[in-house]
Amino acid sequence: MTTTATPEPGKKINRIGLEVQPYRGGKTTLCAGCGHNAISERIIDAFFEMGIDPKGVIKLSGIGCSSKSPAYFLGSAHGFNTVHGRMPSVGTGAVLANRKLVAIGVSGDGDTGAIGIGQFVHLMRRNVPIIYIIEDNGCYGLTKGQFSPTADIGSTTKGGTPNELQPIDTCSLAIDLGASFVARSFSGDKKQLLSILKAALSHRGTCMIDVLSPCVTFNDHVGSTKSYAYVKDHEEPLGEISFVPYFEDISIDYEPGTTTEVKLHDGSKLYLKKVSEDYNPTDKHAALRLLQETDKRGEFATGILYVAPDKQDLVDLLNIVDEPLATLPLERVRPSRAALDEFMDAHR
Amino acid sequence: MSVMPSTPRMADAGASSRIVNDLSIQVATVNGSGSQTANLVLLRSIFQMGVPVSGKNMFPSNIAGLPTWYTIRANHQGYVGRKKEVDFLVAMNPETAREDVLTLAPDAAVLYDEPLKLSPLRDDVVFYPVPFDKIVAEVCKDAKLRRLVKNMIYDGVLSRLLGIDLGEMERALKKQLGKKVKAVELNMAALEAGAAYAAEHLVKRDPYSIEPMNETAGTILVEGNAAAAFGCMMAGVTVCAWYPITPSSSLPETLIQLLKKYRHDADGKATYAVIQAEDEIASIGMVVGAGWAGARAMTSTSGPGISLMGEFAGLAYYAEVPGVVFDIQRVGPSTGLPTRTAQGDILSTALLSHGDTKQILLIPASVEECYTMSMAAFDLAERFQSLIFVMSDLDLAMNTWMSRTFEYPDRPLDRGKVLDAATLARIGSWGRYKDVDGDGIPYRTIPGNDMPAYFTRGSGHNENGQYSERPDDYVNNMDRLLRKFETARQHVPKPVVVHDEAAEIGLIGYGTSHWAIEESRDQLEREFGVRTGYLRLRAYPFTSELDEFLDRYPRVYLVEQNRDAQMLGLMRLDCTPGRVAKVRSVLHYSGLPIDARSVTDAVEEQEGLKARPSSDALVSAGDR
Repeated sequence: MTTTATPEPGKKINRIGLEVQPYRGGKTTLCAGCGHNAISERIIDAFFEMGIDPKGVIKLSGIGCSSKSPAYFLGSAHGFNTVHGRMPSVGTGAVLANRKLVAIGVSGDGDTGAIGIGQFVHLMRRNVPIIYIIEDNGCYGLTKGQFSPTADIGSTTKGGTPNELQPIDTCSLAIDLGASFVARSFSGDKKQLLSILKAALSHRGTCMIDVLSPCVTFNDHVGSTKSYAYVKDHEEPLGEISFVPYFEDISIDYEPGTTTEVKLHDGSKLYLKKVSEDYNPTDKHAALRLLQETDKRGEFATGILYVAPDKQDLVDLLNIVDEPLATLPLERVRPSRAALDEFMDAHR
Repeated sequence: MSVMPSTPRMADAGASSRIVNDLSIQVATVNGSGSQTANLVLLRSIFQMGVPVSGKNMFPSNIAGLPTWYTIRANHQGYVGRKKEVDFLVAMNPETAREDVLTLAPDAAVLYDEPLKLSPLRDDVVFYPVPFDKIVAEVCKDAKLRRLVKNMIYDGVLSRLLGIDLGEMERALKKQLGKKVKAVELNMAALEAGAAYAAEHLVKRDPYSIEPMNETAGTILVEGNAAAAFGCMMAGVTVCAWYPITPSSSLPETLIQLLKKYRHDADGKATYAVIQAEDEIASIGMVVGAGWAGARAMTSTSGPGISLMGEFAGLAYYAEVPGVVFDIQRVGPSTGLPTRTAQGDILSTALLSHGDTKQILLIPASVEECYTMSMAAFDLAERFQSLIFVMSDLDLAMNTWMSRTFEYPDRPLDRGKVLDAATLARIGSWGRYKDVDGDGIPYRTIPGNDMPAYFTRGSGHNENGQYSERPDDYVNNMDRLLRKFETARQHVPKPVVVHDEAAEIGLIGYGTSHWAIEESRDQLEREFGVRTGYLRLRAYPFTSELDEFLDRYPRVYLVEQNRDAQMLGLMRLDCTPGRVAKVRSVLHYSGLPIDARSVTDAVEEQEGLKARPSSDALVSAGDR
């Protein structure tokens, strides 16, 4: 799958010899300043820097503003804009068909939390190998500003209607349901989001990343808890994340006693600088407690909240052959005449 | 299975009261009472004697305690559709016994559990009371096991009354129970006790008997779902996603067993993935995802699941993604009669989804077609980059049918138009939805295969797969999809047509109605002197044979197992008004499998037929 290209002198290339161009996508049609565009930029950076060949990547999405964004990154990868709330099932089918593919899905808070909550739940539960990003702005943008299930109590629509319903915390839910990598970030936090994405690319299993991404048109005003101003003031970063891919020398600047090392599936390591001394991202209970405590204070905990590096993903659980199922030749998928004879004899 | 030569075997040629190898036996029990073993042993022992049989289970949507009826039809002519009349009733269920007896035709026979005291109900049927509890207590010391072997006693009684060889019953029992020695012994004791009781206490007063024939050699007994599952495995299915629903579940469940047995590599790894999804929407979503990524993917469901799959079916149609969907039809609308049969999803499935969609349907009538059409469905799905719906029904899927043995597939898989380097060099530039070959079928690329990528979407797109809301792009694409559908006419299974030069009436049917129609054609000729042509549809889109058939016969009857003449509705969309105008409907939608007599009666009434005063019509053994 490795593509070799001869770069022009002076152009930056990654470890598989590609320039950044194949990682870019079409021109965005989202609003200027939309948080989703910043997320697309970070995805481009992460895949480029990690040297993932776009030809082996599939991009999936549901329906909504967020779900348009796969058109804006990794233009040389296959993409599938599916139906509203059902991207998880399509992604599941695709990775079963070809386990070699790197799958990234982009959803929104309505696409995930409302119409798609059923499929979201079972995607997490199955630990399907996919990076699942929620571009979370707490509202429906494409249908002009209705509340989504992640809208906080007290936030108001542009017209002034307050939301009185409890929001769904997709991170708590994902941790509880069995996702093996759960993170939250903010579209405007370039460094943290890039680190999280790169770590996710080294993890095998479901990587659920909730990215707060203010809607500049319908939800970026006083009264919205997902506006730029609100998020900037109420974010509680878990600390600086350093991510070291397995193909780079591991030499990172950290103070022993203040970092937690997490070894990922492919041998690379993740270092988290803790906000609190005892935070451990492999501790499920600690992660859920942190989310509840920050929520009580009206804050968002950001960073990699939970990782289970060794949890078996769906493809391994099903004990599927190493090659893609999609391209197995006839002799591997059609049993012999003896099988037919045996079946016939059993029914004589 | 063609109609077999008519050679009624009369042991005593002079006694027209003897009816040999032509009866329907109905066993009325309570579900969950373990009668299935006894019923299958009875079915199989008749089959082993060389007599054509079929077994149909009329069961409730319930686990235990509700009435269930199992009907076995034995027929020397090979008629295996449901027979409307019950000739021999085995009444074991106190709840239904009275009505079961009262609805019998005169001269029928009733074997019943003695305490039910049914004999006084009628004086025009033959009664055989049998004290089941007393007999079972003698052969089965363990009171807890009695319930399980009690039913085997009626098999024993029937073996004596009908002349079924007890040795054949023993063989059938061993086939059924395998190596469970204790269970075989216990059941054999019950069988023998039943036979002994009949020999000692019952005097044969009914006309029915079973005698050895040679009409089942080289045939098998199998359910449609098992045959379809085997076909899917031989078609090389690699991804199956499903959600439990009656009457579909036994298809994926059988498939799982088969795949476990035959589709693991030497190192134990699986060449397939099966997922029990969270619902039917997820099932079809996984099929679409897997098909898009190049797998041979399938799901199996019934009407309610089909309804849920509507949105994805439109995506697959418009984005052109292959997949196979089995619709094991049951009675709707809504939950309907979930354990009864119908052909009620034809129209909604053919047009499944919003906007202008047309889906390809394959319609099997036999277990053999369940097998062959499963394989054809995967080839057609990849050839047409489309969902293929295999429209089975409960009667075909869950009941036991005779079939000749299946052929090993002699063709390689058709993986359809997947772009490769050679094709790319030939066609120059590639666009995902470009009609390069003039057949409406574009070339697709598959993630990971190193050919150009594209963005698959359910939104409007041009021939390069790019987002477009341009009117001309939309129209061009929709027209090409229609051309693709036209091409499909040349590739779907053609109807099976039997022309009759002398006939003025043509019959059209599809799926399991076939068995009733085939028998009805013989009844119409024998009883009314009316000859008929016959066309059995096997797919949608329709092929030219349908138009030719409609042109040929002045009057045409379309037999369907639904209320609204759904296939006729499809014909209205596709055929000229003049052709459709001559089609009359014969509709059967009680939830029971259609029977020949109902078809004959409907044609008789609509044609205003008068019975022919012919001697063979009067003494015809089969049609009391």
